[in-house]
Amino acid sequence: MNLQNILSEIEKVDPEVYGRMDSRRRAMKEFASISGKIALASIPFAFSAMFNKAYGQVTPSVTAVLNYALTLEYLEAEFYTNIVGSPGYLTASAAAQGALRKIRDDENKHVAFLKTVLGANAVAKPTFDFTAGKGTGAGPFAGYLDVYAVQLAMAQTFEDTGVRAYKGQAVNVMSDRTVLTAALNIHSVEARHASHIRQMRRALDAAIPADQKPLKPWITLKNSGITYSPAADAAIQKSYNKEEMTTQAGVNIIGLGGSFQTDKAASEGFDEPLTMEEVLSIVDPFIV
Amino acid sequence: MLDAVKTPVREEEKGINNFGMQRRNMLKIFGVSAALITVASSCDKDDDNPSTGGINMGSGDVGILNYAYALEQLEAAFYERVVASPYSGMSALETEYLTDIRNHEVGHREFFKAAITAAAPTAVLPSLEFDFSSINFNDRMSVLGTAKAFEDLGVTAYNGAGQLISDSSNGRVYLGLAGKIVSVEARHAALIADLISNGTFADTTDANGLDTARTPAQVLAIAGTYIKTKLDASNLPS
Repeated sequence: MNLQNILSEIEKVDPEVYGRMDSRRRAMKEFASISGKIALASIPFAFSAMFNKAYGQVTPSVTAVLNYALTLEYLEAEFYTNIVGSPGYLTASAAAQGALRKIRDDENKHVAFLKTVLGANAVAKPTFDFTAGKGTGAGPFAGYLDVYAVQLAMAQTFEDTGVRAYKGQAVNVMSDRTVLTAALNIHSVEARHASHIRQMRRALDAAIPADQKPLKPWITLKNSGITYSPAADAAIQKSYNKEEMTTQAGVNIIGLGGSFQTDKAASEGFDEPLTMEEVLSIVDPFIV
Repeated sequence: MLDAVKTPVREEEKGINNFGMQRRNMLKIFGVSAALITVASSCDKDDDNPSTGGINMGSGDVGILNYAYALEQLEAAFYERVVASPYSGMSALETEYLTDIRNHEVGHREFFKAAITAAAPTAVLPSLEFDFSSINFNDRMSVLGTAKAFEDLGVTAYNGAGQLISDSSNGRVYLGLAGKIVSVEARHAALIADLISNGTFADTTDANGLDTARTPAQVLAIAGTYIKTKLDASNLPS
């Protein structure tokens, strides 16, 4: 992801972005200074911190949230479009192929819906590198088109991340009841997709760590349920961190209603949100 | 501590000055499904009006919390019974999944009980009584069909309740909690749908690929079949 391009993209929909960062000059200076000082790999985090500083105290506009959602839907839609018909996909059962086409169609509808809602304010589709190589085509998921198990692992991660991303933004669109309800109505569909992809992965029984079986349609602790390569696993884990919560609004869920309410059950019963900054850091390697 | 009885104050249009046109587009899109919901619910609403008499569910955010608590009580009681007396031919996989779901729903129920009791001890709903006489707990399709109906109902209920929560500091917490729970209900809903017919996990979506939302009145008209305790939902936000 070219970070200066991102700032320009945000500026299109949020003309006050530089005001939030004091000034464009200072934002650029801050960014240049950050880039000069730190390792390339840390840039997304530094950028997140800067973004957080700019938006941390201020609720992002409804338009900014919708464009963030649109960007994630672009990613999902293009991912499924790429894998449908790919060599890996062709090794799957007819039922599995049908499910992937159904999900692809849903994601395309989400893109169309959000573009309609945003009208002229809709951001353009970024260029994606689904190997997570930032345009090199040589990231941790290189060769994903050939390996069905990797496609499902990526699909699960994208869906679970999508659920957490929408969840994190609900409070930021509370001021607009129509947008809030629409966002919730997409959020639950992403969760349905995640549930089914997880069932497909359990049936395939590939790339699941032995100590995280059986894989469930819901998220247990902070387990991704995925193992592929150290680099891929590390990237994926960011989508599952902080899912292990067992206390909600000060109420300890463990033991509630019976001894069956273990830490696993307590964590499964509640999905956790991710902030915009956390999600941007997760998807950054996929955006050229 | 809690703005329980305060009427939700909304900062309408704040920061969305350029949004008028798009909002109209969205309303147009939603007009279609909203009309369908109205037609469907007007067909259903030939029985008792749930809004008269019975235990007051409360108003404002506490009313919405009680509403969620009532639905979680219904789901938890149902799955407790399913797990306690499995239908004939329940597979190991189905037993595992239905037990997990029982655990989650009991967790939700007990969470709401504890949280509402802490926030508004005089307003929390009592334990409700249920009438499951229309369900054949020995029959797989009767149980799974009911489970699917309950899970889908829960998803539409939470999706519809979000906009009824006040835009306040407490309200943000409640909306966050509802969001944490509704996606788990959707995971359940998809799984149950797949157990009935594999691949139907998201057949509930509309032409835009969205799930739908129901108002408390619509939800309680459907859930009322199973809730023996009479509830007065007339003070819930709308």
